[in-house]
Amino acid sequence: MWPAVIVASLGCYAIKLVGLSVPQKWLANRRVMHVANLLPVALLTALIATQAFTSGRHLQIDARAAGLLAAVIAVRFKAPFLVVVGLACLVAAVVRLAA
Amino acid sequence: MTELREVDHDWAVTRPAVLRDALGVGIATGAYGLSFGAISTASGLSVLQTCFLSLVLFSGGSQFALAGVVGGGGAPMTGAATALLLGVRNGFYGLRLSGLLRLRSWQRPLAAQIVIDESTAMSVVRTSRPAARLAFWSTGISVFVLWNLATVIGAFAADALRDPRVLGLDAAAPAAFLALMSPRLRSREPRIVAAVAAVVALASVPLVPTGVPVLLAAAVAVVFGFGSTRREPDDEPLAPEEVNA
Repeated sequence: MWPAVIVASLGCYAIKLVGLSVPQKWLANRRVMHVANLLPVALLTALIATQAFTSGRHLQIDARAAGLLAAVIAVRFKAPFLVVVGLACLVAAVVRLAA
Repeated sequence: MTELREVDHDWAVTRPAVLRDALGVGIATGAYGLSFGAISTASGLSVLQTCFLSLVLFSGGSQFALAGVVGGGGAPMTGAATALLLGVRNGFYGLRLSGLLRLRSWQRPLAAQIVIDESTAMSVVRTSRPAARLAFWSTGISVFVLWNLATVIGAFAADALRDPRVLGLDAAAPAAFLALMSPRLRSREPRIVAAVAAVVALASVPLVPTGVPVLLAAAVAVVFGFGSTRREPDDEPLAPEEVNA
């Protein structure tokens, strides 16, 4: 187990360090910079979608979807961060309990 | 979004607001860290290995993936490979963050450790460089401390916390990312990119290995970024000689 733990840990750290260390000159092109700007948006929304609507390698709508919907509404009403997250958990837990 | 400012004129307002949010994000991910500690030890990793992952790997998605593969009876190295695949996105975050934060070379190895979803999302939505820097460091440190603390507690309280779904904790991460990203989703292009990225990721989930759907979403950003010729208002200003370099 230890070799896998160490390989994953050091590898993930190396990936982070490499990303931060790419010379700014390489990114100075306007389009490259535009891509770098859009990358966090694309990655984070993909994460939201996969964490809320998939289970393993299947698509799945369950209590998490209700939680996310609650979060969308809370964000619309400009609720504070912890309220958004707390509400999502609460709704997911209640829906799961009721199902 | 307005152009990134070098000076924050509302610092007296911005600073406490950013710090408060950073603590809030730390608390929320800490709650998720409890379940990581519990699931990881339940999957057959020792308490020490579990804590090592939170300290050194420090990327929630990758850690859950490793524990998930091992817990499901997979080979540990398959788990490591999945963790690395999921970790690639942090490298992409670094591309964006290095220009935003303008780190000194001695800061880079420290900053690298806290390049994660939360610190990136908190940083890229800011309108001034000082606020972006403060958001990155304060969120990264807050999440690091609370995530590790929660991992230890979760690892020792495994039995009580083995099914975090009962508390709805599996809805916490998507809700948190949504709350963090929402300021970026007010203008048109990021909205379109977000929508297409989500659809591409979901459509590819049944077809490709875990970790790959999120990377395909990165391709969406690349296609849109290179395809659009329009100058975006939230682009950083460039020196003339750098344009089309």
